[in-house]
Amino acid sequence: MTNIDYKVIVGLEIHVQLATRTKMFCGCELIFAAEPNSRVCPVCLGLPGALPVMNKQAVEFAILTALSLNCKVAEFTKWDRKSYYYPDLPKNYQISQYDLPIGSTGFIEIPLPDGKVKKIRIRRVHLEEDAGKNIHSEGNFSQVDLNRAGTPLLEIVTEPDINSAEEVRLLAIELQRIVRFLGVSEADMQKGHMRFEPNVNLHIKKDNNEYKTPITEIKNLNSFKALEKSVAFEAQRQLAEFLDSGKVMQSGNKKTLGWDDIREVTVLQREKEEAHDYRYFPDPDLVPVVVNKKWLVEIKTKLCELPLTMQNRFVSEYGLSDYDAGVLTADKAAAEFFDNTVKAGGDAKRICNLVTQTGLKIANEKNCKVSQLGISPQKLAELAKMVEAGQISATASVTIFEKMTQSESAPQQIAESLNLLQKSDEGELEKIVDEVIAANPQAVEDAKSGDKKSKKANGFLMGQVMQKTKGTANPQVVAKILSSKLNKGI
Amino acid sequence: MGQKKIDIEQVRQVAKLARLALSDAEIVQFAVQLSAILEYVEKLNQLDTSKVEPLAHCLPINNCLRTDEIKQSLGTEKTLANAPQKDEQFFLVPKILEEPGGL
Ligand SMILES: [Zn+2]
Repeated sequence: MTNIDYKVIVGLEIHVQLATRTKMFCGCELIFAAEPNSRVCPVCLGLPGALPVMNKQAVEFAILTALSLNCKVAEFTKWDRKSYYYPDLPKNYQISQYDLPIGSTGFIEIPLPDGKVKKIRIRRVHLEEDAGKNIHSEGNFSQVDLNRAGTPLLEIVTEPDINSAEEVRLLAIELQRIVRFLGVSEADMQKGHMRFEPNVNLHIKKDNNEYKTPITEIKNLNSFKALEKSVAFEAQRQLAEFLDSGKVMQSGNKKTLGWDDIREVTVLQREKEEAHDYRYFPDPDLVPVVVNKKWLVEIKTKLCELPLTMQNRFVSEYGLSDYDAGVLTADKAAAEFFDNTVKAGGDAKRICNLVTQTGLKIANEKNCKVSQLGISPQKLAELAKMVEAGQISATASVTIFEKMTQSESAPQQIAESLNLLQKSDEGELEKIVDEVIAANPQAVEDAKSGDKKSKKANGFLMGQVMQKTKGTANPQVVAKILSSKLNKGI
Repeated sequence: MGQKKIDIEQVRQVAKLARLALSDAEIVQFAVQLSAILEYVEKLNQLDTSKVEPLAHCLPINNCLRTDEIKQSLGTEKTLANAPQKDEQFFLVPKILEEPGGL
């Protein structure tokens, strides 16, 4: 019997497209699905004599992200040319940062399903430009669209601290949340704003010996699902390969793989005969970037409360469940709207339900943020308070919420005009309860019996009261009156 | 030093990376010439640079930044004007069979 135990080791490289209006080194507009090759100029075309100039916003976004990932921000950084030939790279080099990345040695904290938080070290964060797009169509040619060429990308590289396919996905989701909170990226997966390249291998313990399997890098994953599935697949594949061949990590046996989304398997990419030699050297067209104290302080003022901190605060301060806090902080606008509403008064859990169950649904239908529905936090707080006070039912609050998106009126007015105000006046309700009790002796008998029939009978009597009041009675008040009357034995 | 700084294989490799088609005679010629250049530049190693910061740029300036403002692009027609091969909207290149190794 062999005794085998293994650990999955993953380091992740993430490319995040920054939400600037223009490209990294020229003023060409960044716009999704524009006419091919329409947003191109001499700089991003790589025409001789054209001079790139840095986009200040992109540099600041990069620094902001580096700060939020707890990185050291370089006081001095520069641009390097990474040379390689590919049809989507018009200059035959990519402007990137080689030995002086803008951020280094940081960490990201990711929430795990068991409620714990895991710290993953960040090795580096650097800025670079994207390439264009090759379209592999039918026939003897490939088409090239250079609209994307020169788009600012942030490359984030983690240390190999990730130990499962699930953790890889959670990290990607947390990073998406962070860059969205910071406003540095739309991080829209459908638009390819985030791309992942995990490096995977296994540390295997077998019969008291330790083995490391050859590292594989999976290229160009652009969905959380593909990321998680490919890492899970790769871990199993490597384990099987090791058991079969005993192959271990050696210098030069790292492999590059692609992910086949349809068959859900990793596939070996054709390897070049020689190792890549990118011949990095400083770009003479671009002068260095010096980040002095004053600039850094200015950028720091744009930092906001990060999603995980906010999520934890919603749990500890407002008593929300971790799940609810997670739903709210998945979207900054919703999280802030919720936070402001709670601060305006009202029960947090009630407000959370209104925001997540009604607000997000309507916002989704209208394709806008929950904060853009035309309802101020103050008004929503009023609505929540009305439910708390028993003035309206939870069901009515949804109707009123919907109306509030179409009207300036206060929730109180809407409730009145739609006749949704509940009767909570005990004296008035008591009269109705008495009438119902008098009219239904059999049900009263059953309700008092205390056996199986009693629950049903109780519900029937409640229903009668609600019917008589056209649903406007406060059910809690009715229930209270009813039970005290039945218990008293009338 | 005697030994060549750059041998024929290295010239071949560098030419390949730069997509230059060199004849065998040129490769030999460049191996000699490039070696001579490197030997000449190597003289700099005689200087003690241990206390000199590496130079990132030859100009004593930094932070040439621009604001994130949209400028007019060329538009598809002009962009493609000098392309050796194109269709209505795209540059055309020989069919790509391999995935990129870059990025
Ligand atoms: Zn441009």
